[in-house]
Amino acid sequence: MDALLHQILAGLATGGIYASLALALVMIYQATHLVNFAQGEMAMFTTYIAWSLVNAGMPYWAAFFITIVFAFAMGVLIERIIIRPVEDAPVLAVVVVFIALLVILNSVAGWIYTYTIKSFPSPFPKDAFVATKYMSPHEMGAIGITLVVLLLLFAFFRFTPLGLAMRAAAQNPQSSRLVGIRVGWMLALGWGLAAAVGAVAGMMVAPIVYLDPNMMGGILLYAFAGALLGGIDSPGGAVVGGFAVGVLENVLGAFVIGNELKLPMALVLIIGVLLVRPSGFFGKVHVTRV
Amino acid sequence: MTRKQILLIGVLLVIACALPFVVSNYRTFQFTLVMVYATALLGLNILTGYNGQISLGHGAFYALGAYCAAVLMDQAGAPYWATIPAAAAVCLVAGFLFGLPALRLEGLYLALATFALGVAMPQLLKYDHFAKWTGGVQGIVIAKPEAPWGLPLNPDQWLYFFTLAVTLVMFLLAWNLLRGRIGRALVAIRDQHIAAEAMGVNNAIYKSLAFGVSAMYTGVAGALSAIAIQYVAPDSFNIFVSIVFVVGIVVGGLASISGALYGALFIQFVPNIADEISKAAPWAIFGIFMIGFVYLMPTGVAGAVRLLLARRKS
Amino acid sequence: MALLEVKKLHAAYGQTRVLHGIDFTMEEGTITALLGANGAGKTTTLRALCGMVRTEGEVRFAGHDIGRRKTEDIARLGIAHVPDGRGTFLNLTTEENLRLGGYARRDKKAVEADIERMFGHFPRLKERRRQQAGTLSGGEQQMLAVSRALMMKPKLMLLDEPSFGLAPLLVRELFQILRRINDAERVSMLLVEQNAAMALDLADQAYLIETGRVVQSGSAAALKRDDSVRKSYLGY
Repeated sequence: MDALLHQILAGLATGGIYASLALALVMIYQATHLVNFAQGEMAMFTTYIAWSLVNAGMPYWAAFFITIVFAFAMGVLIERIIIRPVEDAPVLAVVVVFIALLVILNSVAGWIYTYTIKSFPSPFPKDAFVATKYMSPHEMGAIGITLVVLLLLFAFFRFTPLGLAMRAAAQNPQSSRLVGIRVGWMLALGWGLAAAVGAVAGMMVAPIVYLDPNMMGGILLYAFAGALLGGIDSPGGAVVGGFAVGVLENVLGAFVIGNELKLPMALVLIIGVLLVRPSGFFGKVHVTRV
Repeated sequence: MTRKQILLIGVLLVIACALPFVVSNYRTFQFTLVMVYATALLGLNILTGYNGQISLGHGAFYALGAYCAAVLMDQAGAPYWATIPAAAAVCLVAGFLFGLPALRLEGLYLALATFALGVAMPQLLKYDHFAKWTGGVQGIVIAKPEAPWGLPLNPDQWLYFFTLAVTLVMFLLAWNLLRGRIGRALVAIRDQHIAAEAMGVNNAIYKSLAFGVSAMYTGVAGALSAIAIQYVAPDSFNIFVSIVFVVGIVVGGLASISGALYGALFIQFVPNIADEISKAAPWAIFGIFMIGFVYLMPTGVAGAVRLLLARRKS
Repeated sequence: MALLEVKKLHAAYGQTRVLHGIDFTMEEGTITALLGANGAGKTTTLRALCGMVRTEGEVRFAGHDIGRRKTEDIARLGIAHVPDGRGTFLNLTTEENLRLGGYARRDKKAVEADIERMFGHFPRLKERRRQQAGTLSGGEQQMLAVSRALMMKPKLMLLDEPSFGLAPLLVRELFQILRRINDAERVSMLLVEQNAAMALDLADQAYLIETGRVVQSGSAAALKRDDSVRKSYLGY
């Protein structure tokens, strides 16, 4: 019972990271109907930037916030320069561009930082506060940060004019233009925010899995599974899905299938959701007219 | 096919046969791999180029074929040439089975599902319970085949000709398949699947078969690669193999048989060039090439060649 | 200087040319109707004005040349387009739809006041302010679309088939509101309508479009009396 509780709680901690990444995926999907295969590598790259800053002597939280700003800028630039030209291109072309981005980011990170595994500091060290016997301070902190980020985003989209405009641009670009919204820039902002969220996810997961250019591959898969489970066009659903996948991964991994088949488990989950309920639990069911 | 085309192919064949006697063993080996990749790319092209189903996980079928060959040779003592039809059969069935649920997935969702397959494959191969067959993390080492019947060829040369023979058969089969009713049905499904269904094309059967045949081709290529490289291990079949295949068909040219050859040449030789441009980040150069082709040459090399020929005619 | 000057406007969807040289002008404060049968090119004209379609020719609005500009920039210059189909943000609330109308405006406080004013014009919308706009009836969505356009404080409103799918009584009510707004707030209106009778009652000027060309023009009163117009478009 104890072990189960521990796995569930640890699962919530990693689930928070999957939830953040899933949210980033959904944000881009909602606005563009595209799946950002490079989301993981973007998160990884920005985490390396954070590492560089911390390594150069910067205090953790300063590095944290500067990295977020950097990630935001990187997301905006990527959208404007690399993605915009292929927005209306056939699906395969877009997929290839995303994969190319994935490959370039992975390779450049490996080039600049080498493939040696590095450790990444946690702002919640072992003696930070009362560690319960079920969760480490970092795990609790990661959940906390994830929730703060999610709440901030929710508030932004729900209560600010810019958030409203971004929602409008995602849902109905044509009508948005008619009221003067610069849809192109809304998309770029969406990418910036998604990249920033990804950076937070990366910085929260790096202390757990250690920093290396390939660290986000499996995590991206879990994030996809979470986003699909919750509904690829539902931000709230993606968050719930992410947490659910985290718990599932830990519980199944510890008690049912062993730790070595976690990725195939994600694969089965993805295919299962796509077959049984492609709109996820919270997404809208799309009916296409023939 | 026009007289000119037949002549061209004839010339190519002559060059191909002469090659191993003119270049070093290592180069011969590289060209063997070119043919292996060409077969793999032809497989992916059948599915993605002609039938419009995106697969980011074809490395998994490549791995399946390779492991088929390796396990049969290692565990069952099968002769190397027998592993080719075996790998073909296994991958045909596996591809068809994967294609059945894939019927319900379109475009990006299929890309996602196949991406997951590609990412998960190494873990599946490393799985403890399969290790007694697959050799687990260490993989399997197999012996290089010798030329039969006392032919005066060294192993590299023999392997080259064996691969050439298999590749020719596969290409001929594909050419026959694609220029007839089946090929037209596949393209019809890709371009206007509702109209195709309305005209009596059974989308489900064709799409699943396309998956099966495509997997079969890539599986055969995998088996050939195992024999050529003499070694299979889980980590050599990661997601980057699948990515390289997609790059190959985009660069070579979608819905094009010759495109498979151009693409194969690209993925065999360009990483070496990329290595020279940047020792440290060859994949980054690869990625830049990918983007470049999408922006500048979306129909691939085959498409560019077609355009050039058309322009010369007029 | 006329508010809107359109000279030799050509427009095409891909390779298909739809407008073959449209000319018309609008004075400030007037209501102009564009009449014609289905497929004549009326909707395309409105879209061309907003940069939603590939065009050739000259379009001048309040002194600016808007022929090459992007839709969102044209909107910010003061043209509010109520598109055919209403263009409602179906998944946002009624109030959010209105608020978006005021998005590009600088006078934020006045935007809040204007939202209440719209609810004053259209009390039914006020009842449904927090409802998803997609759940509103056709007539309510039309009023919402018109209100959203008004929230932009436009100089010119383009209305594409505002009577579409509405019961006659509702159409009359809507057109009365449009007339009131035109009188009170001096908003010029360019109206595309298949319902020629009601459009000619509302408008000051009218242009008749057939297969992408202007074939007749004049004051609304004159066109109403014109025999050929009566027979072809007014049905008597």
